[in-house]
Amino acid sequence: MQDTNFTLIIEAGKNKKQYFKDIWHYRELFYFLAWRDILVRYKQTVIGILWVIIRPLLTMIVFTVIFGKIAKLPSEGVPYPLLVFSAMLPWQFFSNALLDSSNSLIGNANMISKVYFPRLVMPTSAVIVSFADFVISFSILIMVMIWYRFTPSLNILFLPFFIFITFMAALGAGLFLCALNVKYRDFRYVVPFVIQLGLYISPVGFSSHIVPENYKLLYALNPMVGVIDGFRWALLGNTPLYIPGLLASLLTVFFIFISGLWYFRKTEKDFADVI
Amino acid sequence: MSNTIIKVENLSKRYVIKHQNRERYTTLRDVITNTFNFSNKKKLHTSEEFWAVNNLSFNIGQGERLGIIGRNGAGKSTLLKLISRITEPTMGKITLNGRVASLLEIGTGFHPELTGRENIFLNGAVLGMRRLEIKKKFDEIVSFAEIEQFLDTPVKRYSSGMYVRLAFAVAAHLEPEILIVDEVLAVGDAHFQKKCLGKMEDVGKEGRTVLFVSHNMMAIRQLCPRCILIDQGKLIIDDKTNTTINHYNQISKNTKIDEKTHIHNEKLRRGEGAIRFTKIEITNALGESCPSFKIGESIFFKMSYKVFKIMDGVKIHIALKSGISRETVTNFEHILLDNPVLPDTEGDVTLEIAAHHVIRSGEYPLYFHLADKHDSPASIDVVDEVTLPLVISEESDLHTPGIPMRSGCFSVPSRIIESKIHSPNHHA
Repeated sequence: MQDTNFTLIIEAGKNKKQYFKDIWHYRELFYFLAWRDILVRYKQTVIGILWVIIRPLLTMIVFTVIFGKIAKLPSEGVPYPLLVFSAMLPWQFFSNALLDSSNSLIGNANMISKVYFPRLVMPTSAVIVSFADFVISFSILIMVMIWYRFTPSLNILFLPFFIFITFMAALGAGLFLCALNVKYRDFRYVVPFVIQLGLYISPVGFSSHIVPENYKLLYALNPMVGVIDGFRWALLGNTPLYIPGLLASLLTVFFIFISGLWYFRKTEKDFADVI
Repeated sequence: MSNTIIKVENLSKRYVIKHQNRERYTTLRDVITNTFNFSNKKKLHTSEEFWAVNNLSFNIGQGERLGIIGRNGAGKSTLLKLISRITEPTMGKITLNGRVASLLEIGTGFHPELTGRENIFLNGAVLGMRRLEIKKKFDEIVSFAEIEQFLDTPVKRYSSGMYVRLAFAVAAHLEPEILIVDEVLAVGDAHFQKKCLGKMEDVGKEGRTVLFVSHNMMAIRQLCPRCILIDQGKLIIDDKTNTTINHYNQISKNTKIDEKTHIHNEKLRRGEGAIRFTKIEITNALGESCPSFKIGESIFFKMSYKVFKIMDGVKIHIALKSGISRETVTNFEHILLDNPVLPDTEGDVTLEIAAHHVIRSGEYPLYFHLADKHDSPASIDVVDEVTLPLVISEESDLHTPGIPMRSGCFSVPSRIIESKIHSPNHHA
């Protein structure tokens, strides 16, 4: 059962190799923490799991009325609710994951200062919780599709790739923000604000095709542009994928993830002393 | 049995204390204002280095049970945090030849909304156990904790005793080579404390190593053949438990609380300096200074104070706090002087908690408070958890019938034995 030859040397700034072994050892903790958060969330609410369904449905209706009916933006040949919902999915996944993971460390301050485990587990399992919500919302999308008798194309096979990109974008930014949050509590206020703005500067309520041609590439530096376009392409398949834009978004996601991970690892050793 | 399992070499941990900030974290505003603050105003932050652990070296062999003792703030907890990898050392090295499980606090990671069953799995995972391991040990944990009927009740409805039992049971059924336990047995009834000590002894007999921090000298004596004493982050003595404890008692007797003790530490000492304690001593009926008592023994508090600014009367207040929740479990106060008191007046007072069977066994951090008779916040002196905690232990191995095993708050009868003042020139 036990590794008898286990030896560990603790020295200032010299535990890098061990870290990834530890992540492997604590791999079940990712699951347990996510499981805890889901259990607790539904124990404290009256209608429980219905919240996951109500939020995207209401947002879909509001956006369809405002952007589709009042502003009369083009719907690219698919029902406007589907256009909105296929973007709501990655957006809500991203924004919930970002919000929860950025608060994950200070929300569990007590655990951080009293037990050792790789701190990376904490923001990651927050993202996993949001992923569970995503799966539920996804089943609503399927129902909306059935309602409109809409058949998705084979592009849907690429969907897991775009889900993965959303995951990485949320985790990367979440790592950055939760580490900053430990030191500077201001980020508690920054994150909801960024998410609120992000909803309008990302093509959630409208199609990214209404952005002028000259600015398309620049617009795609917002990582969610590439992700949302990718989702729409994979689910609705109504317009071709704008490849340079996708690459720009991927590059941004990659950059965010690497720098987020780097910053998290750099500051991680002081969490217990500062939090 | 003698292969080294923990090797600590020149271990040091430094903290930087910023005096300006009350909170340990900063806000962006502070950073920005300080960056752009080239002003000629006085310096905003004065920081002070503080070595919580200072150049410690010792070895622990396999299967050894080592006690660690020292006063509050001596560095014991920091040492345990370093060994359990919660925080990183500033200098030095620790070599561990086995996995560590640490119980620095009761029920870390417990969620009040979750049931006992759910928390066992969660807590086990937090402590580094695999799901299969937890499943295998599940029944053993439940029966050790004696919570069978409440397995599916949210732990927020548990009594504090049940909570502690469950938390200890999970940690004790881990199978680490090294088990670290900090002060967690201070609550729980005597029966369960005994059970825990027994369990830790078994852990040691199975060839695993135990590090045990406590103020409860009886528990240390019972469990640990060897003991180290830490003071101000330094290793004072590393010897057989009896020798170390004797040394410790000697030191504790010699450390005096006076008007300057911890005066810069807002947590341990509060007050503007209108009045200060100049001595606090806890003694038994024979006048021997000692913090441990049997149930039913009389406890004497001998204190002296000095007045620095004019005060409208003097009132003393002493509280016994819970060793775990740090909330007051009982307190008593007495007005010592009813008239205005002039600066430079000094006073001595002795209080007694008489020999009644009212305080259940356990450890009680102590809170001392001086004020004027109106309790004005400007004229107080608080000495909070600076002295050794009061330790009350069972008289014998059996429960003595008739001892009220109270939980929650209770009141104790206390009285002034003696109170006298020395006025500077004339009586106020």
